[in-house]
Amino acid sequence: MFCDRCGEPAAEGDHLACERARALEPPRYCALCRRRMKVQVVPAGWTATCVEHGTRSS
Amino acid sequence: MAAILENARVQVLSDGTGLDEGQILEVLRLPDEALPDLLQLAHDVRMRWCGPEVEVEGIVSLKTGGCPEDCHFCSQSGLFASPVRSVWLDIPSLVEAARQTAATGATEFCIVAAVRGPDERLMAQMREGVKAIREAVDIQVAASLGMLTQEQVGELVEMGVHRYNHNLETCRSFFPRVVTTHTWEERWSTLRMVRDSGMEVCCGGILGLGESIEQRAEFAAQLAELDPHEVPMNFLNPRPGTPLGDQPVVEGRDALRAIAAFRLAMPRTILRYAGGREITLGDLGTRDGLLGGINAVIVGNYLTTLGRPATEDLALLEDLKMPVKALSATL
Repeated sequence: MFCDRCGEPAAEGDHLACERARALEPPRYCALCRRRMKVQVVPAGWTATCVEHGTRSS
Repeated sequence: MAAILENARVQVLSDGTGLDEGQILEVLRLPDEALPDLLQLAHDVRMRWCGPEVEVEGIVSLKTGGCPEDCHFCSQSGLFASPVRSVWLDIPSLVEAARQTAATGATEFCIVAAVRGPDERLMAQMREGVKAIREAVDIQVAASLGMLTQEQVGELVEMGVHRYNHNLETCRSFFPRVVTTHTWEERWSTLRMVRDSGMEVCCGGILGLGESIEQRAEFAAQLAELDPHEVPMNFLNPRPGTPLGDQPVVEGRDALRAIAAFRLAMPRTILRYAGGREITLGDLGTRDGLLGGINAVIVGNYLTTLGRPATEDLALLEDLKMPVKALSATL
């Protein structure tokens, strides 16, 4: 598993800052494969798509 | 009360004449103890020359990422190791975003693209998108597409775009430290064309890029010279992978001082809270800014980052007894 903000392994290092930042950011990396996702932010939400693992949304 | 505030009370509040660069600098140098008086004066100026209404706007990115320019604060530049990937918004989603924005009571919907300037593909998307929004949603459409040619200015007017955003970002003397792929003067040139076309000019920038207090005053004075209809005030939200990714955020009291100073420089403009206010000011600071010169907000999310829920901002406006500007008042 990977941090969906910085893309580094979730079990390595400290991701508290990433967790805090994610309150005001959409995910950028797929947590399953670390691919950068295509992210679309709109006024009321966001969608993030991994070519391998599909789409997440707010 | 500080002498500069006594002077501003007469010059700006009574006479409606904005402060000049030297006076703005004096305001930016006021000690923390003077901040309540400063914010109160800026609020009085806003109420006197703009009224209590607040203009609400939503923004959306039509084309995200992959920009050829090197604006050092921007996660959408294709020149930096940013995690933001290039993506286009389809027209049905654009119209839905406009519909959701209108549902908040917003009167403005700004379509933004991360480009140096629009190419034919983007202009075609704009033609289709603006037409679809105007047919389906009761909202004013604005655009922000980078630097324009005279022909593109004319096309946007024909489409019905009523306001064009093109931020100078920072003052002329500091701009080359922030952007090297184009000049401050090129941006100024687009703004003059927009002004001459009859479209409303929206032009602001970002505080906290590393500029000095003197350069912050220079920027406010240069904006005042341009005399834009609207000035969006952003505060740097350092983005991972950009050259300014490790820049410290603006301290809350400095941000409030800047808001008030910009209001005293431009008593009649629409001064809008834009990106970065959540991390710079938080909830309490957002309130203080609305009571210190701000009279417009972007609600909901930004282009690549998230904002406060629109409901929270609207509840705050209601609490402050600041009515949302109606669409009829903007036509």
